Amino acid sequence: MLDRIGAGSIDDLFDEIPPALRIDALPGVPEALPEMDVARLAGARATGDGLPLNFIGAGAYEHHIPAPVWALVTRGEIYSAYTPYQAEASQGTLQIMYEYQSMIAGLTAMDVSNASLYDGASALAEACLMAVRAHRRSKSARILVPATVNPTWRRVAEVITEGQGLKLEVLPYDPATGCVDAKALARFAGEDITAIVVQQPNFFGQLEDADGLTRWARANGALVIAAVNPVALALVAPPGEWGDGGADIAVGDAQPFGVPLSSGGPYVGFMACRMEHVRQMPGRIAGRTVDTEGKPGFTLTLQAREQHIRRAKATSNICTNQGLLMTAATIHLALLGPTGLERVARACLARTAELVAALTQVPGVRAAFAGPRFHEAVLRLDRPAGPVLEALAAEGIVGGLDLARDFPEFGNALLVCATETRNSADIETYARALARVLGRAAAA
Amino acid sequence: MPKAESLIFELSRPGRGATAQYPAAGAEADVPAAFRRRRRPPLPEVSELQAVRHYTRLSQLNFGIDTHFYPLGSCTMKYNPRACNSLAMLPGFLGRHPLAPTSTGQGVLACLFELQEMLKHVTGMAGVSLTPMAGAQGEFAGVAMIRAYHRARGDHARNEIIVPDAAHGTNPATATMCGMKVREIPTLADGDVDLAALEAALSPATAGIMLTNPSTLGVFERRIVEIARKVHAAGGLLYYDGANLNAILGKVRPGDMGFDVIHMNLHKTFSTPHGGGGPGCGAVGVGQRLLPHMPLPVVGREGDGYRWLDERDLPASIGRLSGFMGNTGVLLRAWVYMRILGAAGMRRVSEYSTLNANYLLARLREAGFEAAYPGRRASHEFIVTLKREARELGVTAMDFAKRLLDHGYHAPTTYFPLLVPECLLIEPTESETREELDGFVDALAAIRHEAATDAATVKAAPHTMPVRRLDDVRAARQLDVAWKPVTA
Repeated sequence: MLDRIGAGSIDDLFDEIPPALRIDALPGVPEALPEMDVARLAGARATGDGLPLNFIGAGAYEHHIPAPVWALVTRGEIYSAYTPYQAEASQGTLQIMYEYQSMIAGLTAMDVSNASLYDGASALAEACLMAVRAHRRSKSARILVPATVNPTWRRVAEVITEGQGLKLEVLPYDPATGCVDAKALARFAGEDITAIVVQQPNFFGQLEDADGLTRWARANGALVIAAVNPVALALVAPPGEWGDGGADIAVGDAQPFGVPLSSGGPYVGFMACRMEHVRQMPGRIAGRTVDTEGKPGFTLTLQAREQHIRRAKATSNICTNQGLLMTAATIHLALLGPTGLERVARACLARTAELVAALTQVPGVRAAFAGPRFHEAVLRLDRPAGPVLEALAAEGIVGGLDLARDFPEFGNALLVCATETRNSADIETYARALARVLGRAAAA
Repeated sequence: MPKAESLIFELSRPGRGATAQYPAAGAEADVPAAFRRRRRPPLPEVSELQAVRHYTRLSQLNFGIDTHFYPLGSCTMKYNPRACNSLAMLPGFLGRHPLAPTSTGQGVLACLFELQEMLKHVTGMAGVSLTPMAGAQGEFAGVAMIRAYHRARGDHARNEIIVPDAAHGTNPATATMCGMKVREIPTLADGDVDLAALEAALSPATAGIMLTNPSTLGVFERRIVEIARKVHAAGGLLYYDGANLNAILGKVRPGDMGFDVIHMNLHKTFSTPHGGGGPGCGAVGVGQRLLPHMPLPVVGREGDGYRWLDERDLPASIGRLSGFMGNTGVLLRAWVYMRILGAAGMRRVSEYSTLNANYLLARLREAGFEAAYPGRRASHEFIVTLKREARELGVTAMDFAKRLLDHGYHAPTTYFPLLVPECLLIEPTESETREELDGFVDALAAIRHEAATDAATVKAAPHTMPVRRLDDVRAARQLDVAWKPVTA
């Protein structure tokens, strides 16, 4: 091969790199290991991390993943393909995108969906930027973000939108209900507000008055950005039907559809909107069209919004979607269908009610809010949650999220979650362990 | 290839379902009426077999690396070792909630810490944050850090990012997202940056420059040290777009070239799957100046254990970019890849990918194709321009690309970079054999011969795919982006 090139050695192929910059070793990088040795090392570490019984949600949810999902997703034709730039050789990926978009549009009751964004948090950030582009009459770039929205999502939205001058203003919640404080919201009436974010169910698991908040936004000239849990949408009113006329943009994380917790990612952000805003939407979109013989087929469309065409004037710098995870979500939803998804959502509701009932039987534990919730709840403890969670972890239980950092006003509180994957025995195990941990501490 | 497949919605019949996947019946809980959904979502109702067959058939309508040579320039479509997937999906890694106490996650954190260290050494940077979820997010983090650095010094006038005209579209799009103004500078005829234009663009408003090296033109920027000196002297910082890191692995490091911040596309250089368009991973590396501004979280070591460093540890961080810790599963795949490859293997990556690219270029030139930068060495990719074929035969780069599909090859990147007319950007990667490269040359030569004798066949390609060329104009004008149930 070198003869064909006319080079004396492989080294000669790097002769345009200034010699002073060249290195001939990589100190600090370990030497190669055979696959079996890496497998052994990875296996030992994964086993060491164990399989604790999990009761945290807070934006990532443990659900049953049907066996076909990842058997199909890891087929080489899906796993090792890339962005469908050559549409004729990528009809599988493109049709899956179209089916995914259809499912998300149907679930959220919005007109159109893109083919996914990175995750729920970054999808919320993109929705804020999109709202500012879409709402031409509003000049303020002010967006109201309730304190009941996932606090990490809010921080991510601040980081990503700050460079473009957006002002995200925190809207307080009513400490009695754990929902947006309507009186605090009323104080913004008549002001130039670009959009309001409504998370349903909210970070505490409580159901917000999404209809009332949407009506307020309409009356005050603000757009509505819905941040929704997609499993809850099997039972709870979808953003497209909120208030009078629905939300403008709906985002969330489709991780609950076939995507494992996987220590934090990769997950899959979704975004849907009203048709009138579609040209402001970031991310890839697949469209159905016809070929030169009139046969239906799929292609990437509305690419004039995107960075590889518009460069500095693009709607976002995003290039990829979360193709593999979007595929998992699509297959997951195809397997569950409307009946299966509804069964999952009802089981989540029932298990969470059972969990809250069991844990609040333990002395020193009470529920923070009474109103309707989906599959999470805030529990107040009579002592700091951190050491309690560590003691539970030692017993193989991941007992919830300590809220001390993000919500110090609660004093000592936990956010707990139960999906359809937790059964009565699991819940009883947790309740007994919690009683033991709290009792032991009380006795000490 | 198989023919087209119905939509999953068209296979649906009321009452059908993959019932084994439902949770046990019994829970009749519901939300209060005021919150309730009124109509069931329009999801398909199919059996498990129908779903499996449908998505298996759809997969068969795709080209992937596992089935076809995929020389997509700038995308590094190399083999994705299967071990990377199976080990990242071990139950202990896969089932772990990201917010579980770190005492239950020391194994995964050990892998991520090692990955940070390996990436630091490979790039010559002082620190690495793994959290950006794609190359574009890594770019965002990089420019945001540059901005934070200038601000922390009270240097508020620096609001311009310099970008060569050959850059990926993400570079200017990112600068805009970060509230910066973009100043584009031209490239010289030999593919290097125009230094005079760079000097003219530098000013007290310069925040930094974004460079890809080797560039998207497939050549190494020979005067990089001089560029770094000039930009630093003007008070700006240098951003390295790691899209082409594969070409220089173990040969030269961005940190040594003078770059202050770099993003790495782990889905390119470190072989995590492209997945039909994601997930990516855009880990960032930084020099000393930007260490305090790294995005969160970062894995830290304390004694024998590991923990996530957060806002308390890095108060000047630009903050968080994802709901949790970035694309952990992707990071684990990269860790497996790097451990299997080791230091010597990483050098072989750049050596064989460069050898393959230069061999392919030499063979194509022998076959009469025109290199866009004939006086230059190819890096791990190179550009062929078909402007002569377009002029003389009336057959464009797009026609060649489509006809290649019929020959069983995925097309190279077409019409990028924008400054070379009728171009194919070809990146064979180190994974391919000489026989595969020879077959590709034969296919391109055959297409050119066909173009001279039967241009209509080439212009109507592809002929063997599930669909013919698609009407993109109709797709955009008569927008059909979601199936809607037929309402009576």
